[in-house]
Amino acid sequence: MSHTSLTTTPVDAQGAGGGGALPRGRRFGAETVFRGAATAAGSMVLVIIVAIAIFLIVKAIPSLRADHESFFTYQQWFADSSPAKFGIAAIAFGTVLTSALALLMAVPVALGIALCLTHYAHRRVASVLGFFVDLLAAVPSVVFGLWGRDYFYRPVSDFAKWLHDNFGWIPLFGSNGPYGRSILLGSIVLAIMVLPIVTSLSREVFLQTPTQNEEAALALGATKWEMIRTAVLPYGRPGIIAAVMLGLGRALGETIALALTLGAVYNVSFDLLGPGGNTIAANIALKFGEANPTGRSALIASGLVLFAITLVVNMTARAIVYRRREFTGGAA
Amino acid sequence: MSAEVVSHAVGARSSLKTRRLPKWTPAGVAGAAVVIALLAVYLPGAGGPVLTGIAAALIFLIGLTVLSAAVENGRAARNRLATSLVYAAFVLALAPLLSVAYTLLVKGSDRMSLYFLQVSMNNVSAFDNEGGAYHAIIGTLEQAGIATLITVPLGVLGAIYIVEYGRGRLSMLIRFFVDVMTGIPSIVAGLFILAFWVLIVSPYFNNGRPQYSGFAAALALSVLMLPTVVRSTEEMLRLVPGALREGAYALGIPKWRTILRIVLPTAAPGIVTGVMLAVARACGETAPVILVAFGNPAINFNPFSGGQESLSLFVYDQAGAASKYAPGRAWAAALTLVVLVLALTVAAKLLARRNKLGR
Repeated sequence: MSHTSLTTTPVDAQGAGGGGALPRGRRFGAETVFRGAATAAGSMVLVIIVAIAIFLIVKAIPSLRADHESFFTYQQWFADSSPAKFGIAAIAFGTVLTSALALLMAVPVALGIALCLTHYAHRRVASVLGFFVDLLAAVPSVVFGLWGRDYFYRPVSDFAKWLHDNFGWIPLFGSNGPYGRSILLGSIVLAIMVLPIVTSLSREVFLQTPTQNEEAALALGATKWEMIRTAVLPYGRPGIIAAVMLGLGRALGETIALALTLGAVYNVSFDLLGPGGNTIAANIALKFGEANPTGRSALIASGLVLFAITLVVNMTARAIVYRRREFTGGAA
Repeated sequence: MSAEVVSHAVGARSSLKTRRLPKWTPAGVAGAAVVIALLAVYLPGAGGPVLTGIAAALIFLIGLTVLSAAVENGRAARNRLATSLVYAAFVLALAPLLSVAYTLLVKGSDRMSLYFLQVSMNNVSAFDNEGGAYHAIIGTLEQAGIATLITVPLGVLGAIYIVEYGRGRLSMLIRFFVDVMTGIPSIVAGLFILAFWVLIVSPYFNNGRPQYSGFAAALALSVLMLPTVVRSTEEMLRLVPGALREGAYALGIPKWRTILRIVLPTAAPGIVTGVMLAVARACGETAPVILVAFGNPAINFNPFSGGQESLSLFVYDQAGAASKYAPGRAWAAALTLVVLVLALTVAAKLLARRNKLGR
């Protein structure tokens, strides 16, 4: 590994110590070794990402050969039986649906908190409140899952019952109980979990709004809200988009909280209230314990799909952030 | 936009000063909203405290906006509405945090005792009222410790490459993918180590059979920690003043010694903070541990051989067990885990506050 990375060091930069060129005789001394080690360590990141793709593909192929149904359109998961039949249609759909719902709930609240921390709360209060938001990020996902399953399901099922009684004519809320583990519960828990990420990223973006823009808006007689709408939000738009996409990446990959709060049902359904829902990640955690070699390989295949999706989402988000950074010259 | 604002402001007023609501209005409306909600929702028994709170908040929002629109003007009303909504968002986010903390303390302290921290689950079935989390604590500490030992040298060196040596395309590429790597789902990291280490490499050391182990879990955690450590170290190294480096170079110290003796010690407190936050994150990860450490009800001090439990895995296992005693154990273990994670996080934040480089 280190060999490949060593060769990629720029040749002209070799031996160029910070304090001018090293003496000729010591070209291959400690400086070269240290630089090589640093380059190798940096390249490790690239190596790992490529290795993830390679090893997942290698281990996924046997099950894809053994699959008697179409991997992309079949909804059920009988990977351990023979003949093996499994497909990611239902779990991929569930992954996208829960993540989308979670973001729908989390993003407005997160933007509100970010604005509160940057433009509304007193500076000292804001630092304390920001600390609480960071604490939210520090709570392990298994704790959120346990809390959602043992405690939070009660208010949510009351809410689900109310939704069904009053808005049952909307197909989304058509299910008539029992209101326990459902897509609604899972996505609310997920929303709470992506909240801190979206908040902290958009807070940084809002802090970067040039003071001149804000003061110009206020000087023209804008109210505080008008100032935010005309100066802060437009300036931060690319950053907000990136923050939302990074939140999406986190939501797509969340495992344990969803394994504990979703109904683990394999179907494509928009019914939010009834027992239902499953995601790629949660399915891996739930099925791994009893999986035989084919089943394990099938789970790796589904993980490969998840990896590809999150990689695309994250790369897009980071590309937006990077372009913006070049544009503004600040550290986004 | 600005022209419109100005014309609006001029056209809407007749006197020089617009009418403003007195400063105590929001507080007054809030009080009234709470009273109305209590009278209309709570006392007749139409809803519990949660519903009453929501009703009060809605009454406050509508009341203040309507009042402001009537007395002041539409723009002021929208401004007040936005302010209320921004604060409401904050309360909405604090509610689950407080609820989680409260539930953890109440349910977790039921089973929490010295006994719980000192015994394992060896020969304890889900239906027994005994058992503890000792084996899981050992597992978490060993796995996080090994992961730290792997990640810190690699991450710090990687950050040194990015800040001190990296130029051109490779450095751009590495920086970009460090950021992308922070978004890799933990379950994918687990699957990677499963495919790479457990299924392909470990059979060579274990008579051809896959070896689930705590070390594999540590490897998976390293994959998750590496980008965080690189990123935070990179930020800290960038904060080290260039004058320090130049001073060292001027004295004829080679670059690598300057980095090791001047730059790193200056940035050390910040680096430690970043590492501690990464470790705290890693301690809470469950998904990769399920896949590669496999769990073990008995105490296993050896991270290289045989399954190993971890606190988060223990919580998950007990949460899944259908027994009236299992949830108690799950909550107590969850409390232990959160205390561990929070201690690390808070210590890291306090250390960051004392950091002279500042943010």
